[in-house]
Amino acid sequence: MAYTEQDILAGLAEIVAEETGLPADSVTSEKSFTDDLDIDSLSMMTIVTHAEDKFSVTIPDDEVKNLSTVGDAVSFINGAQA
Amino acid sequence: MTLQIKQSTGPEFSRILGLGAARGTNVVTNDDIAGPIDSSDEWIQQRTGIITRRRSDAHVTVIDLAEEAALKAIAAAGITAQEIDAVILSTVTYFHQTPAGAALVADRIGATPAAAFDISAACAGYSYGIGQADALVRSGGARNVLVIGAEKMSDFIDPTDRSISFLLGDGAGAAVVGPSDTPGIGPTIWGSDGSKAQTIRQTHSWQDLRTQPELGWPTLRQEGQTVFKWAAFQMPVVAQQALDAAGVTADDIQVFVPHQANMRIIDQFIKQLKLPDTVVVGRDIADTGNTSAASIPLATDRLLAEGQAKSGDLSLQIGFGAGLVYAAQVVVLP
Repeated sequence: MAYTEQDILAGLAEIVAEETGLPADSVTSEKSFTDDLDIDSLSMMTIVTHAEDKFSVTIPDDEVKNLSTVGDAVSFINGAQA
Repeated sequence: MTLQIKQSTGPEFSRILGLGAARGTNVVTNDDIAGPIDSSDEWIQQRTGIITRRRSDAHVTVIDLAEEAALKAIAAAGITAQEIDAVILSTVTYFHQTPAGAALVADRIGATPAAAFDISAACAGYSYGIGQADALVRSGGARNVLVIGAEKMSDFIDPTDRSISFLLGDGAGAAVVGPSDTPGIGPTIWGSDGSKAQTIRQTHSWQDLRTQPELGWPTLRQEGQTVFKWAAFQMPVVAQQALDAAGVTADDIQVFVPHQANMRIIDQFIKQLKLPDTVVVGRDIADTGNTSAASIPLATDRLLAEGQAKSGDLSLQIGFGAGLVYAAQVVVLP
């Protein structure tokens, strides 16, 4: 099933909330994972792994450094959907 | 009738008879090593859970550490060194292609003429060794097997490397595996993924050092995020397979000792396996650091010594590391 960008944002926000304890509604598109949400590289890999499972996509390890903002991740996941 | 050769036969079951531990005597704090990697105590603790790591003096060799742990394990098992039939040394920091370190250890502890060989399976080395020892004992290949995970990681590190060096410590842990009236070691679930061989590696080979001496002594590096993802999410699947193979569930075990790679990997294991709060978890990495093949027996020995685990407890242990390779089994603690 193809998720909409809205679905992906909501799903990703849940995953980030679960990993960080932050409220899901604070996880918005423009936020930077590192600077705004204080997510380090190991937590980022956890978030990426859960997102791969949830949205049935593959996010290559060397792509992760390009996902600076939540919006970047949503766009990538959307584009990676079959 | 065609002549048939005889086969060896062994006892139906094997178990760990005794454990022994040896740690580097120097307590190295995060502040001691943070400068050259432009880091801090806070960053290291938050990212890895390490407060201190143990390191040995320069003159202490991996064979010295192995010998110390081995003698303690033999004493704990209540046997003599002469009763050891095979010595297996798991290490990646014994820097001779030949002779095997195990032969030196066997000679030093008085176990000659025991069979002796080294295993190179990095942080899975001890679990590989336990699996081998279990098979040897039950097949009749050896009555008592000494398995030693021993590492002098401080001989292999670059103090300016931010990827792995600051995690690493020195130490050795040993187990004597022997015959048992009841099952003491569950099936070993083990394997490899050589497609990820570059994710934990030494910077260049001994051959490179010889032809290009300007490269200097090779040291370790890792691709931390890729290794974390593999260890934290694929290794719990292997651990579950080890539970299944032993016919037990997470609710049946009392102890969990993963390789002490990073506290955050340990936390993911607990989540993924849904381990109840009643399971005691080895977290020796906080004080000892990551000692590669020594980490599981060191962490297990500590839990027993501190009374957090007791003889007869069921322990799930899993080693995983450079290769990439992994091995897990459920054992009954001695």
